[in-house]
Amino acid sequence: MTSAAPTIELAGTAPVPFGRLVAVELRKTYDTRAGFWLLATIAILVTVAEVITLLVGVFNDDAGLNFGAFVGVAAFVTSILLPVLGIMLVTGEWGQRTAMVTFALEPRRPLVIAAKAVVGLVLTLVTAGVAIVIGAVCNLLLGLLNGPADWDFGWNYFFGFIVVQTLAMLSGFALATLFLSTPISIVVFFVYMWGIPIVFGIASYYLGWFDSASQWIDFQRAQTPLQDMSIHTGEEWAHLLVSGVLWLVVPLAFGIRRILRAEVK
Amino acid sequence: MWVLCGTVVPMISVEGFTKTYGGFTAVDDVTFTARPGQVTGFLGPNGAGKTTTMRAMVGLTPASRGRITIGGHDYRAIPNPGRHVGVLLDASAQHAGRTGREILTLGAKTMGLPMSRVEEMLALVSLSESEAKRRLGKYSLGMKQRLGIAHALLGDPSVLILDEPANGLDPAGIRWMRSLLKSYADRGGTVLLSSHLLNEVELIADEMILIGQGRIVAQGDKKSLLAGQAASSLVTSLDNDALARALQAAGFAPEPAGEGIRVNCDTAAVGRAALDARVVLTDLREGTAGLEDLFLELTADTQREQPRPPAPQAQLTNGAQ
Repeated sequence: MTSAAPTIELAGTAPVPFGRLVAVELRKTYDTRAGFWLLATIAILVTVAEVITLLVGVFNDDAGLNFGAFVGVAAFVTSILLPVLGIMLVTGEWGQRTAMVTFALEPRRPLVIAAKAVVGLVLTLVTAGVAIVIGAVCNLLLGLLNGPADWDFGWNYFFGFIVVQTLAMLSGFALATLFLSTPISIVVFFVYMWGIPIVFGIASYYLGWFDSASQWIDFQRAQTPLQDMSIHTGEEWAHLLVSGVLWLVVPLAFGIRRILRAEVK
Repeated sequence: MWVLCGTVVPMISVEGFTKTYGGFTAVDDVTFTARPGQVTGFLGPNGAGKTTTMRAMVGLTPASRGRITIGGHDYRAIPNPGRHVGVLLDASAQHAGRTGREILTLGAKTMGLPMSRVEEMLALVSLSESEAKRRLGKYSLGMKQRLGIAHALLGDPSVLILDEPANGLDPAGIRWMRSLLKSYADRGGTVLLSSHLLNEVELIADEMILIGQGRIVAQGDKKSLLAGQAASSLVTSLDNDALARALQAAGFAPEPAGEGIRVNCDTAAVGRAALDARVVLTDLREGTAGLEDLFLELTADTQREQPRPPAPQAQLTNGAQ
């Protein structure tokens, strides 16, 4: 303790290193029941979906399952839950008002947001890794039970899987910064994920001109060629960029601005 | 160090802090300081602006006008601020699903402290092993306050900013906290604590800031705050009527108060009158209105409940020092 000093001497104090913020934010994702079970649910649902797929493959020789198919099943499950994870990373601080403590201990709010985003990326990679391992195990079992396993997968699917999952997680993260509320963010995310493509599909069906227009604003459709990394044309990249700015960058920019200015109560 | 003739440069300095929400001014041009080695009490009724001011101190609420520094710095410019300033703004603002130990662990990890510090703090605030393992949602308010104080002290800071830390503590807990903060200040630390309960704070605070409706209505130590209050005594005797006549004859204005008499003179004058009238006194004490009366008087137009003229019974209990 500095006794009766008129000013606090700061020279001896190093700022909190970014790695430590990431480690603390990572710990926060699994040190509560809600957080732990969200992560556990991802693993359990992926396993359940894969086992069902395996059973289908075992009893139906025509299913034509291969390693890529197993990973595709995992991708469907995680594409629903990783955005929720991205949302909870941000909104957890607001629902439980821990932002008061977090931002008192680290007033450099952009670094805290960045640390949370890094944690989201790390968990997305871990989830992708786990999903691929579970898929591999199931494919191996299928091979043991039903003749030789088809290991056709291709690295393009692997990278596409990680990129698309990362974008899904970040979309949830971006909406969460904007709304700072778990239920609102989740509802808006699923409207965006399932509602918008349907609305756009119907609109495109009846309005011919809308189809070409929607390519520029439908982020999910723009991601389709990313799934197997078959995105090549400049136009596809442009669709991805423009719709990505609309659905990811704009909400994130307004959301971060909101968090930086927020009065934390 | 600039310690000149016993005066110490302020550690927390609030200069003209103002916070407006639209057209509503929550805190209006508040200026005060808190000095090292002292406990500074920040007092006011609910909604007076204490919490807003304290949030602004640690950078959680942007100021509309004015400037607040801690140790000469804007809080947000202090690296690893938990090592310098201990903060407890709301003991309930923690994740209900985390255990007490986990909450302290997260704080210690952020600040880069050894995990032994967590155990030390748990012991300091007397949270047992089984309590530390319990989730915060199952804590009583008093336990949350203890944990919050442990969290504030984790980084061995030289400044403590505590909002209503005594809320929910039982009498033993309040006494424990008083001695903890007193010894912290005696070791040179700066303590700023807020409360809406004056009696809780006047026993511990060296300096008091009284705030009502966003404005500071008085500040100083207890003596200077009470200076200028007219002398008054409370007396009970075996023959109150005879004593009242004697006091009247001496030129004072006695009036019945509970079992005894309140009179507008010091205790020596009452003793003298009793001696002259040969009345046996059973109780004699200073009846100067306490800080609470002063406080209610100063914030009268800002209170939700308008205080009635002090009832005799209230005077007997609150005025007794």
